[in-house]
Amino acid sequence: MSAQPTTSRTAEAIEAARAAGRTAFIGYLPAGYPDRDSSIAAAVALAENGADVIEIGIPYSDPVMDGPVIQQATSEVLGRGFRIDEVFEIVAAVAAKTDAAVLVMTYWNIIDRMGPDEFARRLAEAGGAGAITPDLTPDEARPWLEATDRYGLDRVFLTAPTSSPERVARIVEATRGFVYGVSLMGVTGARSSVSDAAERVVAAAHGAGAPRVCVGLGVSARRHVEEIGRYADGVIVGTALVAALRDGGPEAVGRLAAELSGREGRD
Amino acid sequence: MSETESVSHRHAAGPYFGRFGGRWMPESLVAALDELDEAFRAAREDEDFAAEYLRLCRDYTGRPSLITEVPRFAGEHGAARMFLKREDLNHTGSHKINNVLGQALIARRMGKTRLIAETGAGQHGVATATAAALMGMECVIYMGAEDTRRQALNVARMNLLGATVVPVENGAQTLKDAINEALRDWVASVENTHYLLGTVAGPHPFPSMVRHFHEVIGDEARAQLLDTQGRLPDAVAACVGGGSNAIGIFHAFLDDDVALYGYEAGGDGVESGRHAAAITLGRSGVLHGARSFLMQDEDGQTVDSHSISAGLDYPSVGPEHAHLADVGRVTYEPVTDAECMRAFESLCRTEGIIPAIESAHALAGAGRLSAAWTAEDADAAAERIILISLSGRGDKDVATAADWFGLLPGQENDPTDETGDAPQTGVQA
Repeated sequence: MSAQPTTSRTAEAIEAARAAGRTAFIGYLPAGYPDRDSSIAAAVALAENGADVIEIGIPYSDPVMDGPVIQQATSEVLGRGFRIDEVFEIVAAVAAKTDAAVLVMTYWNIIDRMGPDEFARRLAEAGGAGAITPDLTPDEARPWLEATDRYGLDRVFLTAPTSSPERVARIVEATRGFVYGVSLMGVTGARSSVSDAAERVVAAAHGAGAPRVCVGLGVSARRHVEEIGRYADGVIVGTALVAALRDGGPEAVGRLAAELSGREGRD
Repeated sequence: MSETESVSHRHAAGPYFGRFGGRWMPESLVAALDELDEAFRAAREDEDFAAEYLRLCRDYTGRPSLITEVPRFAGEHGAARMFLKREDLNHTGSHKINNVLGQALIARRMGKTRLIAETGAGQHGVATATAAALMGMECVIYMGAEDTRRQALNVARMNLLGATVVPVENGAQTLKDAINEALRDWVASVENTHYLLGTVAGPHPFPSMVRHFHEVIGDEARAQLLDTQGRLPDAVAACVGGGSNAIGIFHAFLDDDVALYGYEAGGDGVESGRHAAAITLGRSGVLHGARSFLMQDEDGQTVDSHSISAGLDYPSVGPEHAHLADVGRVTYEPVTDAECMRAFESLCRTEGIIPAIESAHALAGAGRLSAAWTAEDADAAAERIILISLSGRGDKDVATAADWFGLLPGQENDPTDETGDAPQTGVQA
């Protein structure tokens, strides 16, 4: 659809899905959960079963936007002595083994501690496409905008049902890749229905000129994907995948991904 | 250390204090923070609001709080005179009520019907539950599960006041984890709920707003010393966890030629790694929405803090303190658990005042300061005055102190059998 050349690998992945008549599927898994190799295997299974974009979450001591399932997983990873270097190894392995765009999702202090420039340099070197930063708004993002420009990385900002039109415009302008629409007022966690606020959030971001808006927080079933696909450019799934990984390992992630992406039973 | 500044440090409005402060928060909360900022600024300009706040301070809290000279305590440390600013005499027993009443009034003006708050030892939780009861609002307090066990009586107090206390099982199960959980609640409930943050940390506008409601501490003390002594103090001492009582008492003196000292929780000693002295450690980072000094590892993961005082057991500090340390206007030093408990015992026995263990850090720091002055020039030291923020009373700490001094039934560690120092057993994490 978009004939314009783009330097965004995440945008390319989402546009490729669109060209194939699909809603893009974006899956989240925590780095190193339940261990380094299984987290790589799970991400590969995710990509092989329909994920266009993979988010690798960096475990953090104070994850204020995460619900209990993801908190439990990431605190287990931290408890076994996880170090940040492992993230770049995992990103490199997943990027090498799949065609998906690989983003990291991280709270700001992890980037801040390493230094935005060094973090961006290492992420790019590992083959990462960019980062989602849930506690960074464009207001505080100048060093990150500079670093991601320097290394050609995507930067995904969130927009919420409560964001003013002025803020939505600012978020859309700062974003590269896609705008992350928060569909519910709350932390992450699988829910039985997706709020109708999602449609308004997506419309607001599209209206402000965002070419790609994806919706997350609360998606756990194929019917959510179909429902959201009617108005959004991509669907983000996290908690349901983490629960599948916890309960059934990388194979279960593959099965759930196939179901969510509508490939179930086809291969 | 008190350098002459050409620029006033007072009334810094935020969001930034030098290179610190700001607002690192999920987008979902930005609208609520903007709304709060606007409501606070409107309230500050509103005479009716000011009158209502002052009425509550006078008729409910019991302000102004006294200043009390403590010659017997001072005499144990050196020649300088010492005065306590008696925030321990406020309703609910600490300075926390100043901020709680102010924010609760703002929440009511914004049409919020529910208050949530974090608490460590329970002082801020009790104060918030008190304000909620007073104003007929629903109240939920998040408290680390570890802290609910250590402070069971304060949990009961909050329950008696009609609040729900939610034990937080995540992370280290202490204050920072309670803040995380309160933030998670707020993201989902922001329409009808105000998050009544208890210290000068967090995202803008909390640091400047919470300071505003505590400025009364320093304003009163400054006037009281001028009135009774005809002069300003030479130094002001306060304990610093998040730093709300300290910023409240410092603020009135920022533009004066008065030395300001903040005492952080040194725990077992900064070199031991078991402490809460974020400024002393001096690593910049972002936690709970603000850039400040932060106890963190090489990867940026928050390091668990430690202090005998639950109220100072926080791995960061308010961003304005980070700035005041940066520019050298305030001197921050650590006080260990052992030093603090010696000062605690000393005030009990010489003046008949049981301080909060938090406040005992300021007492110990003032003692250190007086001793240094006296060693240098005893006659000059005798002419000097130290104003100390006695931020809270120690009733809540009696069990901890009794354990520290081996006074509990069945404890064999009688301090009178020791060689004079604080006993080594009694407090073991």
